[in-house]
Amino acid sequence: MKSKLGLDEALVGRARASAMKVAEDTQRFIDRHTTVAVERTVCRLLGIDGVNDVGVPLPNAAVDHLSAKDILSDGAALRIGNAMAELGLSPQEIAEGIDRGEIDLAAMPVRSEEEIRAALAPVVEETLGRIRGNVARRQAYLAEFGEKQGPYIYLIVATGNIYEDITQAKAAAKQGADIIAVIRTTGQSLLDFVPFGATTEGFGGTYATQENFRLMRAALDEVGEEQHRYIRLCNYCSGLCMPEIAAMGALERLDVMLNDALYGILFRDINMQRTIIDQYFSRVINSFAGVIINTGEDNYLTTADAYEEAHTVLASQFLNEAFAKCAGLPEEQMGLGHAFEMDPDLPNAFLYELAQAQMAREIFPNAPLKYMPPTKFMTGNIFRGHVQDALFNMVTILTGQKIHLLGMMTEAIHTPFMSDRALAIENAQYIFRTMADFGSEIEFKEGGIIRSRAAEVLQKAADLLGEIEQMGLFATLEKGVFADIKRPLDGGKGLEGVVRKADGYFNPFIEEMRKEEKA
Amino acid sequence: MSSGLYDMSAKDFDKTLDLTMLKPYGDTMNDGKVQLSFTLPVPNDDRGMEAARLISRQMGLSEPNVAYARALDKEFTFYVVYGSCTHSVDYTKIKIHAIEDKAMEMDEVDEYIREHIGRKIVVIGASTGTDAHTVGIDAIMNRKGFAGHYGLERYEMIEALNMGSQVPNEEFLAKAREINADILLVSQTVTQKNIHIQNLTELIELAEAEGMRENHVICCGGARITHELAKELGFDAGFGPGKFANDVATFCVKEMVRRGIK
Repeated sequence: MKSKLGLDEALVGRARASAMKVAEDTQRFIDRHTTVAVERTVCRLLGIDGVNDVGVPLPNAAVDHLSAKDILSDGAALRIGNAMAELGLSPQEIAEGIDRGEIDLAAMPVRSEEEIRAALAPVVEETLGRIRGNVARRQAYLAEFGEKQGPYIYLIVATGNIYEDITQAKAAAKQGADIIAVIRTTGQSLLDFVPFGATTEGFGGTYATQENFRLMRAALDEVGEEQHRYIRLCNYCSGLCMPEIAAMGALERLDVMLNDALYGILFRDINMQRTIIDQYFSRVINSFAGVIINTGEDNYLTTADAYEEAHTVLASQFLNEAFAKCAGLPEEQMGLGHAFEMDPDLPNAFLYELAQAQMAREIFPNAPLKYMPPTKFMTGNIFRGHVQDALFNMVTILTGQKIHLLGMMTEAIHTPFMSDRALAIENAQYIFRTMADFGSEIEFKEGGIIRSRAAEVLQKAADLLGEIEQMGLFATLEKGVFADIKRPLDGGKGLEGVVRKADGYFNPFIEEMRKEEKA
Repeated sequence: MSSGLYDMSAKDFDKTLDLTMLKPYGDTMNDGKVQLSFTLPVPNDDRGMEAARLISRQMGLSEPNVAYARALDKEFTFYVVYGSCTHSVDYTKIKIHAIEDKAMEMDEVDEYIREHIGRKIVVIGASTGTDAHTVGIDAIMNRKGFAGHYGLERYEMIEALNMGSQVPNEEFLAKAREINADILLVSQTVTQKNIHIQNLTELIELAEAEGMRENHVICCGGARITHELAKELGFDAGFGPGKFANDVATFCVKEMVRRGIK
């Protein structure tokens, strides 16, 4: 692709190198630690599921036991694998035994690593096989129906009842949605467990549970087969259960996951050490399962100013790219985020939005960029709102954004009516159709507003990344560089769930998943 | 489907404005014209159109005109309807709970505080309960403010603490006490099944129980909040869409003076 912005390639390279240095420094910290969420994820991938009679998920029961016995640092795989070899039971039976107080993992003699690995191997292979099967199934659908050209139309459902969500999602898919995201219940990101079973009563959304994933997947496959299109399913792999939700998504063939390295720290006040460790495993899983991740830079612009802080969005995209590379995620699965959030009263705001979007497109040419609609300046004037969304749609088609979250004219009023979605789809399709090749017809004037703006934002982002490289990631977050939000190293939620790995620690899933990507 | 660009019907109604018989205005006084759109869970056919017309008539519209109908799904149809409202209201008899204070600008608020309170006042804000959205409280508190109205953090005579989102009500009140807050602002942005009302009620009850209700100014705000609702729930004021930091500041400082909170 020929650059329309005349970006300074050397400067792009410098920014990318700084980000990679930051990520690699942080990765050394990640590799020395594990968390309760990481170990619960290992339990889930070993097939531990369900809840006990007081509603505690068995992966939590097992990991709480490891914590209480002070052996979490060995990892769930080692201790449960050991029990499998010792007792000849399945991981699920072991978890149930732990929960009933009949099995004490700390009281068992520890066998050799070889024996433990041998006991785990068939279970690990079974899970990996299931996930590989899901990847193959997705590929088969795409081969049969063909891949969508142009932007994926991304729509949200959020009724609080998975069955109602299904009705809405099917209607949206028939109207043209390519990705359906089920918004999570308000506050789920702060739960240190994943709820179990189908949800019929949620607030502001529907719990991310494995059963809800399964139900929605089946519904979208059904409507996809009818429509001869593959409808992608999206959920939220953020908060205190990042890797667990990634695992559930991999098992139930989700296609897209919100999965930002820094979002939970900034916007949910989750401890930075916890999130940074959790995001790694979650991205390894997403990578293996062929899931496109969406990063959350758009959120910065809901608190910080979109014009003044545009360079922090670009800097964060570089960081998210670097962290994703450290987890082995291919560029084709990096849905780096940004948003159309400039003040409509700002003269030439559309040009600046265009510059930012085109710049992201050129700097991350293989990434299926995620572009978010206006929210901050949606006022309840639905008629202007529909026009704002139209301008946003134009930027997408002009600059080749891929994952296009549709704006709703009733943003800031209510969760969308069925008709709001239909009108939003009609708006987007009209613009995408009638302006389909406009992007390839236009060039930007040398020395003009758009090129100058892109150059300025890139320069500031590269400078900022240079500073972050000096300070390190954690100090940067303590200083409030992103979204104007400051977070202390030992503050926030979930720090108590972080432990340093013991010498014999191993995580067979990370090993196997990463092996495959290198092969 | 449309009846044409021009309305050719005779206008034989009284065209003088009578505030005791107030009606919507389209292009002629007292024409009562309104536009609405809605979805019916039926297929898009003649019977559905008739249903849309009948529903509109029952809503009090005469001569409803279904300008547009479109299937959203097999069993759902979207309608755009125009009609004349047959109802009217007596505007002269309406009593409302409005905030009477004329909003001062930032400098005027600072000056008012210097003159009438004589010290910096302390404001604490948060989006409490499970609400994860900070957009409302940020618009009021963040230095930059919103739509050209600077936020409270920029006011010279105000110490502002924004606790962000998902703050439990208990924690919010504890922090307010710790920093000797004069004014408590709570925002509720996204709400479903009226959970915001439950949460706001809980906050006021806790404040009562903690003995903090009388000597603090407590206000709420958000997309679904009206002053009337806020008063009903026991808050001093409520700020809905279109209200900015200076509206909130004006009310709060005047309320402090009115109540003799020093």
